[in-house]
Amino acid sequence: MDNLRLLFAAPPLSLQLLLDGILIGAIFALAAYGMALVWGVMGLINVAQGELVMLGGYAAYFLYRAGIHPLLGVPVAAVLLFFLGWALYRSVIFRVVDKDLFISILATYGLSILLQQLANGLFGANVRTAESGFGTLVLLGGEVTIAEIKLISFGAALLTGAALLVFLRRSRMGQAIRATAQNARAARVMGIDTDRVYAWTFGINAAICGASGALVAMTWIVHPYLGLPYTVRSFMIVILAGLGNVLGVLAAALGLGVAENFAGFILGAEYQAAFIFGLLVVILVWRRFSLARQRRYLT
Amino acid sequence: MPKSIPKARLLATGACALLLIAAGSAAAKVEGDTVVLGAAVSLTGKYSVNGKNTKDGYDLAVKRINEMGGVKVGGKAYKLKVLYYDDESTPARGAQLAERLINQDGVKFVLGAYSSGLTKAIAPVTEKYKIPHVEGNGAARELFTEGYKYLFAVLSTSDYYLRDAVNLAAEVAKEKGRDPKTLKIAMAFENDPFSLDVRQGIVEAAQKHGMKIIVDDKLPPEINDMAATLTKVKAVKPDLLLVSGHEKGATLVVKQTAEMRVDVPIVGTTHCDSAKIAETLGKIAEGVLCASQWDRKLSYKDKWFGSADDYAKLFEKEFNYPAPYQAAESTASVLVFADAFARAGSFETEKVRDAISATDMMTFYGPIKFDETGKNTAKPMVLYQVLGGDYKVVAPTKWAETKLVFPRKMPQ
Repeated sequence: MDNLRLLFAAPPLSLQLLLDGILIGAIFALAAYGMALVWGVMGLINVAQGELVMLGGYAAYFLYRAGIHPLLGVPVAAVLLFFLGWALYRSVIFRVVDKDLFISILATYGLSILLQQLANGLFGANVRTAESGFGTLVLLGGEVTIAEIKLISFGAALLTGAALLVFLRRSRMGQAIRATAQNARAARVMGIDTDRVYAWTFGINAAICGASGALVAMTWIVHPYLGLPYTVRSFMIVILAGLGNVLGVLAAALGLGVAENFAGFILGAEYQAAFIFGLLVVILVWRRFSLARQRRYLT
Repeated sequence: MPKSIPKARLLATGACALLLIAAGSAAAKVEGDTVVLGAAVSLTGKYSVNGKNTKDGYDLAVKRINEMGGVKVGGKAYKLKVLYYDDESTPARGAQLAERLINQDGVKFVLGAYSSGLTKAIAPVTEKYKIPHVEGNGAARELFTEGYKYLFAVLSTSDYYLRDAVNLAAEVAKEKGRDPKTLKIAMAFENDPFSLDVRQGIVEAAQKHGMKIIVDDKLPPEINDMAATLTKVKAVKPDLLLVSGHEKGATLVVKQTAEMRVDVPIVGTTHCDSAKIAETLGKIAEGVLCASQWDRKLSYKDKWFGSADDYAKLFEKEFNYPAPYQAAESTASVLVFADAFARAGSFETEKVRDAISATDMMTFYGPIKFDETGKNTAKPMVLYQVLGGDYKVVAPTKWAETKLVFPRKMPQ
């Protein structure tokens, strides 16, 4: 309760939490959008989402160590991860598309453990960070601070989202992806090589995750066990926003970021995650009720 | 006759098992002129970095002792050897492997695993079989409240990690003419046994000085962002900010206090040497206090390695990275065994246990003397401050290289 009183006594704190929440939310949005894409197009839930974020972080970190500014590392990480995603599709994922959802969960769960341990074996369990060298913006006489890197991450996340949207709307591959998402069989009848579409989709997902991972490595830290919270958050955001709704994903992600920060402040960091999961349950129950009401009108 | 086949197979399996057990205990503790010690260490999983430090520490001790002619027991020189298994950083696996070391491999002397969690899983097993277990990497206080008779630790328990940071703050406050009672502490800890012990130590020290704790957050294990906690810290303006969250916590608190301009006169954390905050984070790490079990600049000496610095040099030559304290305390654990074997004049586990319990020795790692619960009470913790991009010892004052810079100058 003391924390709540503190919050009311000092309004700039709320502003600080709000800003931090919105800025981290954008990074969650990227990974979540990738998950929604794969889920919507290929009908599989990728549990290894967080591991792709982690690998993107390592890509940026190693580029940074090689003297490349981490900001330039973002597109490079995305490209590298695209090829990794492609390779993962060609070796593992293609076997589980069109199968039961649980098979895909099991397969990608296995993949997540494999990637985690590979990263641990190859890079070690050390905590790393790619120093971007950006400063801090100080507002309201030092009461509110925004790390410039978070602002840049936010911009980069929005930019990536927008680029994706344009790609899906305008390019031929984007149209093929959307057609496959609507009806894979019909798309095949129309002459679309859905296998190729799936490979692209998974590659794009990995690329987005790679970009968000590079931003994570710059803003916070990267280590082999980073993945799980990102997978869980992506899952929550997608559940909330639904598939194929870019703006919905963005709104849900920003909301989640803000909720997480306020919960961490008011309830203490230990209940931050618990609060989020509690929220998920409440939302699912509420949605069930509202859907049930709609169904009643129909009958 | 299909029925008799399973029976025959059963018999054969039984015979094989018996043979294995017999072979196991015959091969037991001494193979010719070599004494075998056993250890489960984390070579994979989340502790793999520190697990390797532990193994390297053991290996260096064994190598050095063997080079110097081994240990003399009953007039005969014996060499040491360590049998390793990978516990995959999971306690359940650690306990299994301890059973295996003792029952199948016939090991009679066990060296510790890395982390309190693993040690907590293995200690009941060594206790059950009455096997002496000397460890240097399980610092949780609760390991020594269970009444274990066969568990010994060469390191300071975790409640001592940041206790001295509080004492140091009280000292500085007095010097500046401030009553230590007016000091306010903000703290955040990962929710694991180690960090909660660190917290307990701080709470006790704060009570002793009458200081007030105004923020007391617990960080989730998957912590990636401390912004919520630090926003609070910034608002309440404490005099001390103390954090224990392994390497992640150390890196985050340094990075985010600078980013969010959280200006606290004393910022203390654990694990900042293994997180390499001074090396990787540069000037934003300036002025941070770090707790450590050991430092190469301390003036301890022994007959095996010479000074602490000699040890560090030898270690670096051997393994190509600077010696972390995790390796030093592992090396010290082997030295305890070597010393106890010589004094016991026997490899009988009971005699060795009693000899370990009576240990009173000086090593490059510091003085070692166990209290009745098995923890080393002779060695103090070390506090560093990051100054000019380097770790300088500021406490205990007996070995301090320099005075604490107070208040910490916030890097701009």
